[in-house]
Amino acid sequence: MSTHHDPSTDLTTQRGEDGTLPERFEDPGHPEHHDRQGDHDPKANKRAERQVVVLFTISILGTIGAIVAYALVPPGETVGSMRLSNLLLGLGLFLGLAGIGVAAVHWAKSLMNDHEKSEERHAIRSEDSVRVKAVEALREGAKDSAIGRRGVLKGAMVTSLALFPLSIAVPLVGNIGGDWDVSRSKRTIWKRGTRLVLDPTARPIKAADVTIGSAFHVIPEGLEELDHPLNEKAKAVVLMVRMDPRDLRSEQGEGWSYDGIVAFSKICTHVGCPVALYEQQTHHILCPCHQSTFDAADGAKVVFGPAKRPLPQLPITVDDEGYLVAQDGFSEPIGPSFWERLT
Amino acid sequence: MSTVDSRPAPAAAPPSRVERAAAGTADYLDQRTGIGGAVKEFARKIFPDHWSFLLGEIALYSFVVLLISGTFLTMFFVPSMTEVHYHGPWAAMDGVQMSEAFASTLRLSFEVRGGLLMRQIHHWAALIFMAAIVTHMMRVFFTGAFRKPRELNWLVGFTLMILGLLAGFSGYSLPDDVLSGNGLRIADGVARAIPILGSYISFALFGGEFPGTDLIPRLFTVHILLIPALILALIGLHLLMVVLHKHTQYPGSGRSDKNVVGYPLFPIYVAKAGGFFFVVFAVIALMAATMTINPVWNYGPFDPSIVGAGAQPDWYMLFLEGGLRLMPGQTEFVIGQYTLSLNILVPGVVIPGILFTAIALWPFIEAFATGDKREHHVLDRPRNVPFRTAFGVAFLTAFFVLILAGSNDLIATHFHLSINDITWTFRILLFVGPAIAFWITKRICLSLQRKDRELVLHGHETGRIVRFASGEYIEVHKPLDAHERWLRVQHEANRPLEIEPAEDSRGVRRKGFRVDALRQRLSRVFYEDRVEPVTPAELAAAHSHGAHDALPAAHDEHAGELTGASGGTRHLAADVENTEGTDSTDGPKHP
Repeated sequence: MSTHHDPSTDLTTQRGEDGTLPERFEDPGHPEHHDRQGDHDPKANKRAERQVVVLFTISILGTIGAIVAYALVPPGETVGSMRLSNLLLGLGLFLGLAGIGVAAVHWAKSLMNDHEKSEERHAIRSEDSVRVKAVEALREGAKDSAIGRRGVLKGAMVTSLALFPLSIAVPLVGNIGGDWDVSRSKRTIWKRGTRLVLDPTARPIKAADVTIGSAFHVIPEGLEELDHPLNEKAKAVVLMVRMDPRDLRSEQGEGWSYDGIVAFSKICTHVGCPVALYEQQTHHILCPCHQSTFDAADGAKVVFGPAKRPLPQLPITVDDEGYLVAQDGFSEPIGPSFWERLT
Repeated sequence: MSTVDSRPAPAAAPPSRVERAAAGTADYLDQRTGIGGAVKEFARKIFPDHWSFLLGEIALYSFVVLLISGTFLTMFFVPSMTEVHYHGPWAAMDGVQMSEAFASTLRLSFEVRGGLLMRQIHHWAALIFMAAIVTHMMRVFFTGAFRKPRELNWLVGFTLMILGLLAGFSGYSLPDDVLSGNGLRIADGVARAIPILGSYISFALFGGEFPGTDLIPRLFTVHILLIPALILALIGLHLLMVVLHKHTQYPGSGRSDKNVVGYPLFPIYVAKAGGFFFVVFAVIALMAATMTINPVWNYGPFDPSIVGAGAQPDWYMLFLEGGLRLMPGQTEFVIGQYTLSLNILVPGVVIPGILFTAIALWPFIEAFATGDKREHHVLDRPRNVPFRTAFGVAFLTAFFVLILAGSNDLIATHFHLSINDITWTFRILLFVGPAIAFWITKRICLSLQRKDRELVLHGHETGRIVRFASGEYIEVHKPLDAHERWLRVQHEANRPLEIEPAEDSRGVRRKGFRVDALRQRLSRVFYEDRVEPVTPAELAAAHSHGAHDALPAAHDEHAGELTGASGGTRHLAADVENTEGTDSTDGPKHP
């Protein structure tokens, strides 16, 4: 089809009988097909064929290479040997796949018939006659089922169908949450006299060993002997820092610190990440997950970020031997907020 | 194609042994399945060609890669939270206490030959899977491929995206390393913020308190059985509907809502699409061979008191993370005894809820505003639907701001900026950015449409400067050929709806008027600003206008020519290809 002199697209011939122009342009129809070099030149055609063969050959060699690498280059014990094994296996796989893929696409583009074809579309909806028959079929079926005016039967059927999943759902829901004692998340194992010990070595800490400016990751003593140490650890971890007592502007309870040593729950009051970063100069405790920032010198009040509440403070003191111990457990639930937290 | 008869064709040369074997097999199958009909129907089915149609294919193929590599991994992964002590070639973790899940991840990475490659293939493929889904959705959105009759398939695709997110998150958590464990802890925190039910939802997820010992086995079942089965089923439905509807096509001459123009499935797409699977797999394999991903052996096993700075979730989760980081904490309230954590609910539940609802419902919202009940198989050029395009870009802007906010700590450390300033900037940008993006995009779309009109009316600049005998210079413009022109005039500009008045002639209030009024308001918002395509009459007028000072012929011997110069002050629609004088009624003839 000519591109430029097609009478159907020439504006002069688009006028109607009365000389007016149509509302819209008309589709000029499919554009002309442009042949490829290989369609006329047997040499170019042959060259494309050879390229496809070479690509498939690359794939074969790649796969062989991967098998050889598998046999000869074990991951070994060092980072270097692991990396090499991974690299060689992966490159072999890459070549094995890429050869096939590029060969197939190249074949399709350079050697296969590239004349575009047009296919008609039909409306998605079914013909009216078909619809009539479909409705009829349903009517007949409904009639055969004799469900028509039997209200009680319908009700019984719907009710039984609605109820039967319960015998699966009830045991599932009943068990899926363990014992469902959600109040446990309000309690930690900290209590009066629990020693503060180092995480993870569980060594008790002498107040004298805590130098000014240092930060300690602390767990309660006796964590390992529990049934679910991780569950308790997830609530009980504490970040303890020591600063010059004169820098301590406020704390959450009278006398909850010991000589500039303050201990706060390490579980962020936002969504529960461990607030593991301590900035010595500013006394800021920072949560690396969402950047809530708490001021350790000012009762761990929020100075920035998405958290609302201060980190709960663990009241501490020292025992007779000079080891740091809890005066008491936390006075409020630790960690992120939840609906019934204050009940 | 339908060679189901094993007897040789009478006139042709005797069939070779291969042909006889093929015919025999075909006959055997057809007698038992009647597959001949399907082959006749589908073998030469036409699919249109365009690079953007490959995005969905990438999603499909990366899913196949996920199935292959995932099956490999299940042979060696142990989904258990039982604590063990690691002893193996990775010296840094020797003797460390960890869950069996983490230990088996180390084992399959370092002791199973090819295990690390498969793990990295699996993870890279998951990232590409989600990226391909999202870009494929963007293609479908911006070209209007979701319009009737494809609204339901849009919903299937939307559900696939959600399932992809869940698949990604559940799989990411399986190795039980520090990063994924903190991800779960965040999920726990978000779940617990839900009013009334929060704590119970958290317990239901973890089988009791966080982290418990049930989660990894549960996630494993979800990740390798439940979600993949759903994804597979929905992919089947998705593709079935593609076949049923026949693929959309980009506008162009010879393409209409009544046909589909392209190449036959066999052999072109068998080769191209089949080959493309290998290309996608190859690229993923190359990435897995050369780029480390999620090196959990450096992070260590999950411990609730450890977290790394600069921790990032996989990219498709970043927008949620970004929302959590941006929301100011002041929005947590205590009502009576009960705590309402809007600082978590808004970014964790409300924002994704709004984003996802908007995506899912868009085809229906647009159909409501357009009042269009016709089938559409020719795609929109994004410029021709400025409101939709602008809305899409605004939406993506919000999405990208959230993604960037999810990396605000990395931005801070890389560019030495204050994290507080960055967070505040993003807080503002989240609202201002989409508005600006909307406005700019809409203006660009309208401008591009005007540019199209300009091109149709006045043709291409040729760079040929012509001087008249009078000394006047003009640049010769070459009109578009019919195909170039058709691309720019084939669309219909949607107009705001006109509705019947609220009361009929007797003053009786009309039923359904309020819905209609809402529809009209919406359609005004959508289509008030528009540029209509050039009509034949406008083109004729433009030509005649140009004809005032047109040359009798393109190659006027009296006029000097300055080739290559530019800056003509007037447009001249001198028709170089066609003969002059396309008009006769409302303009003077050429001299």
